[in-house]
Amino acid sequence: MRPGPLLSWIYLAALFAFVFAPIVTSMVFSFNSDRFPTVPLGEFTLHWYETAFARAEVWTAFRNSLIVAVTAAALSTALGFATAYTDFRYGFRFKNAYLALALLPPTIPLVIMGLAMLAWLSRLGLSGTLPGIVIAHTVMGAPFAMAICRLRLQQMDPSLEAAAWNLGASPWRAMGAVVIPFCAPALISAYCLTAAVSFDEFIVAWFVSGLNKTVPVMILEILQGNVDPQINAIGTVVFLTSMTLVIVAQLLLLRKTAK
Amino acid sequence: MAKRPSVYPYVWRLPLLIWQGLFFIGPLCLMVAMSFWLVRNYRMEPDFVFKNWDRMLSRGFFWDAYWVTFLRATLAATLASLLAFPASFALAFRTSETVRRWAIFFLIVPFFTSYLVRIYAWQVLLAGNGPLNAILGLVGLGPFTMLSTGFGAMVGYMTLVLPLVVILQTFSLAAIDRNLIEAARNLGANPRATLFQVIIPAAKVGLIIGFIFAFILTFGEFVSPFYLGGSNPPTLSILIVDTTKSGQQWPRAAVVAVIMIVTLFLAAFAAVAAAYRRRS
Repeated sequence: MRPGPLLSWIYLAALFAFVFAPIVTSMVFSFNSDRFPTVPLGEFTLHWYETAFARAEVWTAFRNSLIVAVTAAALSTALGFATAYTDFRYGFRFKNAYLALALLPPTIPLVIMGLAMLAWLSRLGLSGTLPGIVIAHTVMGAPFAMAICRLRLQQMDPSLEAAAWNLGASPWRAMGAVVIPFCAPALISAYCLTAAVSFDEFIVAWFVSGLNKTVPVMILEILQGNVDPQINAIGTVVFLTSMTLVIVAQLLLLRKTAK
Repeated sequence: MAKRPSVYPYVWRLPLLIWQGLFFIGPLCLMVAMSFWLVRNYRMEPDFVFKNWDRMLSRGFFWDAYWVTFLRATLAATLASLLAFPASFALAFRTSETVRRWAIFFLIVPFFTSYLVRIYAWQVLLAGNGPLNAILGLVGLGPFTMLSTGFGAMVGYMTLVLPLVVILQTFSLAAIDRNLIEAARNLGANPRATLFQVIIPAAKVGLIIGFIFAFILTFGEFVSPFYLGGSNPPTLSILIVDTTKSGQQWPRAAVVAVIMIVTLFLAAFAAVAAAYRRRS
């Protein structure tokens, strides 16, 4: 074998090792008995899972995260789809400004979003509440949902909808019978991804959450204390949840584009 | 149908305007306004004074934090671009379509997994008596102090941006017309000349976009400099969190935030200008 390709593979392997090292580490040490983890490993244990999930606040945090993720993902997906459809179907004045507004939120640093949201939501009396976190996560999730739906609409023949109109369907009927079924995989995939975004987001949630902590906010506050292997246990559960969501989303997208 | 003006288009167009207007533009405008407000007796009062701006901009610690943040983000973006390039090059030119697709998939996965838990994992890995030092100790090296250093923060930054930069670079490299590269070879260019005079200029837009994304993300990052860099020296994001959370000085935090946004906009404009400038 020529040295070039071999070196490429080694380099790629090293890169992926770096990217996945923290994920694997966290999973391995969640089953490891040492309080201060190192190598060689201690014994296999489920102790950290037991202690972590024996705590009432961990369950409350998971419940909060779940409520926020489920709601924010639904709102993000609806907003994202409506915006993507507008971009696909209509041209109008200031459309570029409209699209910029739709895609801008992810470029604003999270601490700044957190500060701005905290100030705004406390004026509305929503800071420290779950609806406050839902609002913030919807703002951040909608651009992702919009991008995914827009890519799917790109694959739709625009005359498909026009054909439905010519056959006498109202725009609403055409939307329900043609456009939405065509976009269904993208909608589910957008739902899963925005749920994952919400489930993992902690900076903005930390600013606005008050006493209603989500899982990552709770992790952040445990972290400020000390090294605590319970974080590995909670983190592994979080990893598996968001990874499942991302993989479902990806499979749906790939299967449909392959067609 | 189509006789009276339809509400149909507006049902799809308006939700975003209303939602982002209420919950994105609104908060940002309030924050800008807040930077001119005053805090009296622990309460913010609407006002229009430059006291907060004066106070922040005249302080040494603010400018120290600004330059630390700026230089670190520049360094991180440069490092990420350089580290990513060989991998992107390999993915674009040396692997099959299938391998490339799976590689991209595995680079997307971490983006949606808890960044916080990954940073915690690095905290464990890099600890003074942690696994990495233990392994280095077996070959007679170390122990090294890696936490609470610039190195620690940089590891965190790479965790955040490296996958994204590889993805962006790979897309732009894979999109290069292969005939262009063939032509360069046929005209007698050696691999080095092909790389620097054909491939890199052709992929310029993607490389610059990768760089600027890395810059934007690391410039605003809070967790790496705080937990892996030991917040020493503090960055602008740490300054915002401290000022908001402990000091109750939201207006001063707003000043820092506005300066960060202006910096990011200027950086993004510079990058777009550089990316789309005609080659002379």
